[in-house]
Amino acid sequence: MASSEEDGAGGGGGSLEEKEKGRKRRLGALATAWLIGYNIAMTAGWLVLAIAMARFYMQKGTYKGLYKTIQKTLKFFQTFAVLEVVHCAVGIVHTSVLVTGVQVSSRIFMVWFITHSIKQIQNEESVILFLVVWTVTEITRYSFYTFNLLNHLPYFIKWARYNFFIILYPAGVAGELLTIYAALPYVKKTGIFSLRLPNKYNVSFDYYYFLIIVMASYIPLFPQLYFHMLWQRRKVLHGEVIVEKDD
Amino acid sequence: MKHYEVEILDAKTRDKLCFLDKVEPNATIAEIKNLFTKSHPQWYPARQSLRLDPKGKSLKDEDVLQNLPVGTTATLYFRDLGAQISWVTVFLTEYAGPLLIYLLFYFRVPFIYGPKYDFTSSKHSVVHLACICHSFHYIKRLLETLFVHRFSHGTMPLRNIFKNCTYYWGFAAWMAYYINHPLYTPPTYGDEQVKLALIIFLFCQLGNFSIHIALRNLRPAGSKTRKIPYPTKNPFTWLFLLVSCPNYTYELGSWIGFAIMTQCLPVALFSLVGFIQMTIWAKGKHRSYLKEFRDYPPLRSPIIPFLL
Repeated sequence: MASSEEDGAGGGGGSLEEKEKGRKRRLGALATAWLIGYNIAMTAGWLVLAIAMARFYMQKGTYKGLYKTIQKTLKFFQTFAVLEVVHCAVGIVHTSVLVTGVQVSSRIFMVWFITHSIKQIQNEESVILFLVVWTVTEITRYSFYTFNLLNHLPYFIKWARYNFFIILYPAGVAGELLTIYAALPYVKKTGIFSLRLPNKYNVSFDYYYFLIIVMASYIPLFPQLYFHMLWQRRKVLHGEVIVEKDD
Repeated sequence: MKHYEVEILDAKTRDKLCFLDKVEPNATIAEIKNLFTKSHPQWYPARQSLRLDPKGKSLKDEDVLQNLPVGTTATLYFRDLGAQISWVTVFLTEYAGPLLIYLLFYFRVPFIYGPKYDFTSSKHSVVHLACICHSFHYIKRLLETLFVHRFSHGTMPLRNIFKNCTYYWGFAAWMAYYINHPLYTPPTYGDEQVKLALIIFLFCQLGNFSIHIALRNLRPAGSKTRKIPYPTKNPFTWLFLLVSCPNYTYELGSWIGFAIMTQCLPVALFSLVGFIQMTIWAKGKHRSYLKEFRDYPPLRSPIIPFLL
């Protein structure tokens, strides 16, 4: 899911935090410095995006044309996030390469293969919906990682990370699905990214049906990721209640 | 002769599942599994994993009780491997599918290409040749399963048959759809390309078969012995000098040949996915050989000479 909250930018997550307390994960100084820098930069990037979006709406009073204004910044910071897959592959972040890969891929897919390529849907409300969701999610996530790496995590950031998703996740999925759905007629008309027979490679690809399959795949995938986040939340917040009792 | 007592505990819950007394010291694990099945008939021997340590490796069926590091009261831990299916059944099912599915597309059975093409025949000779090659390949595999291969394990987990059949049957349908399509485009370099491809394909089919025969001859009927394979008088087996799993090397070659013959991207993708999987298997096999045999020939690589 594009708006999910798994690790990839480093520092820790629910279960990882608890492990860190018991088993000090020794990251080299260089790796730690790099990750802190990366997470600060990404927090800043998404903050810039949030401010640009808010300013546009306050000045123009509408969201028509908003996407066009912020698209370069969005593409830059969202594409930069492929580094998170490298972090996992290299081992400086302890999350599965596959999970991170799927998440980053779905974001790249939305940005480059839907909103960038099918310009007619750029002013849809659903686009604004998922942009707002992604922005809030990413600011929360990257600042969480940053503070975690600095070993100074304010409670409200942790609270935000493990509670915002309850609303943001379904909202983001709704935004993405509605956007893909809105794009369908234009895909059918223009035949974008599609390959017809006859051709010398003897293969065909219909982007229209591919998008329908993508939409259908949200059905099994979204609940799994959502319940995983709920489970992580219970572990992190439930664990804290136990600690208080011991005091 | 002193008899042993064997208690079998669940590896996860440590519950006492079974207590066997008066077990012969020379009893094998296979015999103990049979005894265990008597009290728990739903766990037939093929789905039992018995070990000395709950997290340890499974004991082999041939292991003898008195040779194990146990006292006269032995504690074994049981893990359920899940429903099992025989390797032969899986192979026959996963290979029969592509054979039949391809033919459905070749004969342009209704509801695939549109009514005006039903039961028509392609005007391109390469399409007919491709059907012969594809069918030959899978008939060969079926016959090898029945008459050539000697399997180390009798069974595998049941869920594998669904996974494997989806892979084989799915790719077969995808390939066959395009090769037998009324709008199929024959290879760019025409007959020359098809001829070269056919030579590669036949060469590798013969090679693959030669390796299967050589491997079969390494192992007497009914045994599970493992030996280092060596080149024989058959020149196709000389690839053993350079590679641990030449059967996979030849298999890759066959599919590359078929891809060149049909100039069909799905075939190339199928070859690529197969190559990735076979490389993983070959690397594992190569590692086992190195672990088991001190004198394993150092020149050999797993699947591609000198490279992989």
